[in-house]
This record gives sequence, C-alpha cells and structure tokens, in this order.
Amino acid sequence: MNFAIELQDIDKRFGAVHANDHVNLQVETGSIHGIVGENGAGKSTLMSILYGFYQADSGSIKIFGNEYQFTDSHEAIAAGIGMVHQHFMLVDNFTVLENVILGAEGGQLLAEGLQAARQSLKELEEKYGLDVDLDATVDSLSVGLQQRVEILKALYKGAKILILDEPTGVLTPQETDELFKIFAALKAQGVTIILITHKLREIMAVTDTVSVMRRGAMVAHLETPMTSESQLAEHMVGRKVLFNVNKEQVEAGDVLLSVKHLNWTDSQGVPRLKRINFDIRAGEVLGVAGVSGNGQSELLEVLSGITPIQEGSIQIKGQTFSPKEQANPAKMRTMGMAHVPEDRHKQGMVMEFRAAETAILGYHTDDELSNGPWLKPALGRERCADLMQAFDVRPDDVELKSANFSGGNQQKLILAREMEHNPDVLLIGQPTRGVDVGAIEFIHQKILAMRDAGKAVLLVSVELEEILSLSDRIMVLCDGEITGQMDAAKADERTLGMLMANAQQAHDPLQSIASGEGQS
Amino acid sequence: MKRDTRLAWINGLLLPLLNVLTAFAATAVLFLLIGVNPLEAAETLLYGAFGYSEGIGYTFYYTTNFIFTGLAVAVAFHAGLFNIGGEGQAYIGGLGAGLAVFMLFPELSPWLMIPASVLGAMLFGGAWASVPGYLQAYRGSHIVITTIMFNFLAATLMVYLLVKVLREPGQMTPQTVLFPDNAWLPFVHDILPAFGLEMERSPLNLSILLAVFMCFLVWFFLWHTRLGYAIRVTGLNPHAAVYGGINQKKIIVVAMCISGALAGLVGINELIGYHHRIIMNFHLGYGFGGIAVALMGRNHPFGIVIAALLFGTLYQGGAELAFEWSNISRDIVVVMQGLVILFCGALEYMYKPTLIRWLAPVQEVRS
Repeated sequence: MNFAIELQDIDKRFGAVHANDHVNLQVETGSIHGIVGENGAGKSTLMSILYGFYQADSGSIKIFGNEYQFTDSHEAIAAGIGMVHQHFMLVDNFTVLENVILGAEGGQLLAEGLQAARQSLKELEEKYGLDVDLDATVDSLSVGLQQRVEILKALYKGAKILILDEPTGVLTPQETDELFKIFAALKAQGVTIILITHKLREIMAVTDTVSVMRRGAMVAHLETPMTSESQLAEHMVGRKVLFNVNKEQVEAGDVLLSVKHLNWTDSQGVPRLKRINFDIRAGEVLGVAGVSGNGQSELLEVLSGITPIQEGSIQIKGQTFSPKEQANPAKMRTMGMAHVPEDRHKQGMVMEFRAAETAILGYHTDDELSNGPWLKPALGRERCADLMQAFDVRPDDVELKSANFSGGNQQKLILAREMEHNPDVLLIGQPTRGVDVGAIEFIHQKILAMRDAGKAVLLVSVELEEILSLSDRIMVLCDGEITGQMDAAKADERTLGMLMANAQQAHDPLQSIASGEGQS
Repeated sequence: MKRDTRLAWINGLLLPLLNVLTAFAATAVLFLLIGVNPLEAAETLLYGAFGYSEGIGYTFYYTTNFIFTGLAVAVAFHAGLFNIGGEGQAYIGGLGAGLAVFMLFPELSPWLMIPASVLGAMLFGGAWASVPGYLQAYRGSHIVITTIMFNFLAATLMVYLLVKVLREPGQMTPQTVLFPDNAWLPFVHDILPAFGLEMERSPLNLSILLAVFMCFLVWFFLWHTRLGYAIRVTGLNPHAAVYGGINQKKIIVVAMCISGALAGLVGINELIGYHHRIIMNFHLGYGFGGIAVALMGRNHPFGIVIAALLFGTLYQGGAELAFEWSNISRDIVVVMQGLVILFCGALEYMYKPTLIRWLAPVQEVRS
C-alpha cells in the first residue's frame, strides 16, 4: 500500500513521563485519518515529533516512503507536512496575502513575491474550493475564514499532508460543514489529512480511519465505518462513558436572577449586547447557546460585575443593579453569585500561584479565610485540600503550582472553589473546554447537582450537546441579540443551529445544514 | 526531585549565581585589558570589603541602603509595576526624616524622635510615589515615565529647599543645621563595646536592624495578608484580579505608596544614621541599584538581602580598588555594577533555556 506517513516505534520520554510509548501509525495517501485521545494522551507530542518540534528518542519517520530525521519544522515543511494549529498563527492587521507569504517572502522587495504568491494562491483557491478574499485584512474575517487562510498557508508552502489540531473548536456548525467540504476537496486532490479532535462525532462524520491514543500508547487503529462513537470513547478512557446525562425533573422555584433590557457597547462603538431580557429561577439551568463571540463573554462579564452596566438592570435576589447602582465582582459574590469564567487561564486562576492560593481567589477577604487584614494560609491550604477531595482534583497537592495541573484538573479546582462556596446564582462559561472525557462527565454531574440543590445556573457553552443535555431552558445569542428562547425538551441541534446563525450567515442556513447532513 | 522544585532551584539560585559569575568574568576580562591581574584585584576588593572592621562597616552600611531600595522595587514589582523612582523617593524620604526632626525639635526623647523620623521618611517617600501611582491607575500615565520624571522633580525640589529654605544660616553649603543628638541613630561601633567587641569607626548604624526587620515585614505582608495577596494577584494576572473582585486602581496606588515608603528609609540610614543633617545627593545611585538588587534577588526579601550584600561589597571593595591601584579609577565600581545589572537584569534569562534543558526537561505535554 501507499503510505503518506509511517511512524514506527516512536518513543519519547520527558523525564519520568512516557509521552509516546512505542507508537506506530500508518496513514494512507489521500485519506483522512483521525487521532483521538484524552488530554495528555500524547497526541500533541506525536504530532510535534512529526512536525519537527521534538525529536523522538527512538523510532523512525517515513514520509511518502522516505525516511526522515526532522530537527526542526522547516525540514518537516520541506518534506510536505503542513500544520494548522488550534490557535491561529496569523497577523491580524495583515492582509490574507501578506499572511500567506509570511516566512516565504521571496526576496528583499515584497512586490515581486506578492505578485507570484497571488497567482499561485488563485490556483490553489480554485483547485480546492478555498474561497478567501486575498486583500481582506485577517481581522475582518470570520474565524472560519481565518482557518481557511491557515490551510492556504500550509498548501502554499507545498503541504501534501495537513495536520489539523482541534480545527472545529471555534467554528459554528455551519462553518464546520464548510470545513468538511474543504476536506473532501483536498482529499479528492490527493492531500492526506490528519485530524486531531475531541469530538467523536466529527471523527465519525469525516474520517476514513481513526487511531485512539491513551496514556502515550496507541490502543486502537480502526476503520471509521466499522466503529462507533461509544466504542471510540471506550477505547479513549478504557471504560464505558455515559453520554446521556440523567436529569431528574426539578420544579423551578423563585426567580433568583432577572435581567432587563441590557444593552452593552464596546469601546469601538460596536453593540455587543442588545436588549437582553431573561429570568433564571431556582433549580433551573438556563443554557446560552451561540457561536463564540456573539455576546456570551460580554454577558458573563456584565452579569458578574466585571464590566459596568451601561443600560438596563440586573436583579439578583431582590437587589437591583443598574448604571446608577453599579455592581462589582466582590459585591456580586456577597450577593451569592459565583462565576466560573470562560477563560480559566486568563481570569479564573493565577498560573504562578500554588493551588492553595488559586483556591481562595475572589474569597480572600472572607472572614473564614482571613482574620482582619491577615490571611490564614494554613486554613487556605485546608480549604484547598477539601476542594480537591470533593472534586477529585489530581494530583491533590495544595503546594503544586496552578500551571502544572492539567486543564481538566484546573477546571475542577475552579469549579470546586465557586460551587463549594454555596452560591445561589452560578454563572458558568465553557465548563468543559479543553477538558477530557472523564472529567466532562464529572463536571456535568456537579452542575446538575447545583441545579437539583435549587440554585439558578446560567450555562454558557459553545458545545451544543452540552447545552442540550444540561439545560432546562435554552436561550440563543446571535450578534448580541437573543434570537430564541425555548424549553430544552423542545430544542434540537438543527433549530439551535439556525437560531445561532440568524443574523450572521449571509447564505441560507437551512441549505448549509441540509448539505452538512448529506455529508454525515 | 520534582520538576517544580528543580525549576525553583534553577530560577532562584542557579540562574542568579551564573549571571553574577558571568558579570565577574566580564569584569576580569576588563581588568586584563587595562593590565591589572584580576585575581589580585579580586583580593583587594574582598579585603576592602571584609578585610578589616572599618571596611566591613562600610560594606554593611551600603548594603542597608540597597536592602531598602531593593525591597521598594520588589513590592512594586509584585503589583506588576516597575518603580524606577527609588532615587527620588529616597531623596524625599530623607527630607521627611529631617523635617520630622526639625518639627519635633528639640525636647523629644530619642525613643520617640527616631520612630517619628522613620515615620516621616516613610510618609514622604510614600506620598512622593503615590502621585505616579495615582497617575498610572486613574490617568493611564505610564509608571516608568512618571517615576523617572519624579526623580528629576525630587532633585530640583531638594536643591531649591536646601539652597533657599532649609540652608544653615550663614553657611555657603546647601545643607541644614546638624540634627540634635536625640535624633541620631546610634552607630554600631558605639554599641559593640557594650558587648565586649571592638570595631573601628564606620557609618554603619542601627538602620541595618530596621532593614532586616523590613525584610521580614515585607515577606509577611506579601504572603500573609489580604492586601499582599491582592497585590500579587494584580501583578501576576490583572484579569484574575478583576475577576476576583480586587480593585486594581487602589492596589496600584497602595503598592506604590508602600514601595515609596521603603525607598524613603534610605533617608534614615543616610541622614538619621550617619550625616545627621539633610545634605545634597545622599541618595545617588541607590534607587537605581535597588532595581538590580530586586531583579537579582528575585523580588524575594531573602534574595534581596543576598543581592544587596553583593552590591554593598562592590561599592566598598570597589572604592578600595580605586584607592590601591593607580590605574583603576573610582568609576570601576560603576562599571562592575553595570555589568552585574547587565547580566542579572537585561540578560537575566540568558542561561535559562539551556539550564532547563539540562536539568529539568519538560515531562508532560498536554494534547
């Protein structure tokens, strides 16, 4: 058979950690191959070895039958490998064309290189159906289009093998469909694609073959049509995973959080929230669905008191906050609001702090944890140990630097901090972003436990599945507006997708969904 | 050993040590170039700093100043602020100490007079630093720019005051009258005989105890108080500070006040402890030296003591060098300091990647 990539016996250790344990991988030329695994399973290490960021301790790499020893990524690029990172590596205020030639300018004077690049990019665009305006600046493009620019960049540098790391994390369902169409076009032209993702559904929808990694080792190579999501998940965690959350019916109680006519405009004058009205009752999860960047972050920040209210009001437990009576995070906490921020690294924790210090963030002025102006570090450590036990944070070392926990465990620590404080209203942003399957299940159970205990929960997530399985009611945000509110029982991905795309998609959303279905 | 611990060793000890050694190596090359045997020079330097009790006295006297300014820079740094205004704050702190003495003049007992002057120094230094702090917090003026400008303001203000307002009547020198002796901090060489020890006369005074006490206080403040916690959160992750309900603007002003108050204590060591009057330019170099001390000491009080001692040694030993060797001028101290600042400050992380690759390679890569 004709293999684009053959990895044999790749072994890599980082100190005591066996990141890649004698990994074998064969990917047929012109196929789409998925790699799945939990956080820390070794997927990224393997791809970094393939892309020349790391060197394997032992083992061999063959690309199109030729053996290579990559010492940096330039050599990998020269061998025909292109990588599209999870976080785009684009210069926002450059045009698409300027971004694509970055690192391949072709001489001291730009004009000539740009001209040549424009020509070959046009050809690439036609060949693969990658439509992007070459003269648009990157920051004017949607996330989906920015990703296309990344793909174009890789192809322009001569990639015959494309590695995509979590490419759909930031995309709308419609954009994801578009991406998969591009995959099909690339495949038809003989490009080999490696897709790294958490989302098993996408693996099932788009790949030909799939490999599962667990704790550094390859545990399965499967033909996609011969497997199922639950089988893949089982391979990933080594046990069965429940995907459907069992939800008991809880009678919703009093309104705990009430938001009225909230408008918010950012510093550039762009309205980010428009006429937002909603209530959340005790014992109710209100899911906020939407493509990221459609006002969810702003909503969370205004509600939690981080950003001042410009227009409208927030009522929590009878107390009203408005432009005249501003809230702030400390005040909101004393009102019984807790907030699990969307971006845990940016807001929820201090990476350099020990776990015990991160565990009191926001609560350091509590009388329990401090005695007047003096902190009680011993009590803080005790509290942290309790939180770690309650939420199964591993390792349960209160002295470990926050940055050294895995994403899932950092998230559990933050959730523990906010939930164990027994709030009445809980704001949660992206509870399971970058969290592995085992922890997702745990986090979902904890969120539902809050609801069952009669708390009002506002859940913001870009994962529709998560919204659908946890929420009692769902509200869809698009371009800062509520485009729909409904009972979760009456919602499905299709209706939500349409509402999410409401004002943003230029083309007919129905059509795009229909074509997406045709593919999967 | 855990990777965390190893990294802590690399960052906290090995790296600063290597940086200093590199600076010394560069100094040695310089000595060779001007025809001085570096080993002999080192011997002279060390003898000058530690070889006899007067030298030791000077070394620790300088060290005291560097501890104060090093702590000052460190506290601001923990709040994410780069306080370059230690010079001005020290200068104005001296004014505060002196004014406290003149205001309470003359009948107060030393037990009250000296704490009052310490308070005066801290108040004036803190107030002087609070203005750039306020401008940064509420007006967005960059603290580096404003603190540096405030150094010039302090210098001109002091010239004006010493020439026009506070000058000793009938004297040409721009300095005040001598403080009454109830405002003199005792010299160490006056106290040691009580313990049966002899020491030659030196400017070393009891301010050094104050410096050690401040180290402990700053450590306790930063790691054991609410406000210290809030300062560190603000410095390490401003977004988390906002999220955590910490009023950043307030923290910036407060951190600058504390920083300035610590720098102001240079005035105690210099004026209350040694010169016993307000003089011109007693502060020169210590504010900037404090930046290097804080950098080298990793903004930790313990590290700052070590780094301050190194700078004190260079100050005193360097003076001895210039004195002993005809082809070395006093400026060599500045050069050596410059090299230490260069390698410990500007090129702080030069060896870090290599050290980490050798001693603590990454163990875990998340996918």
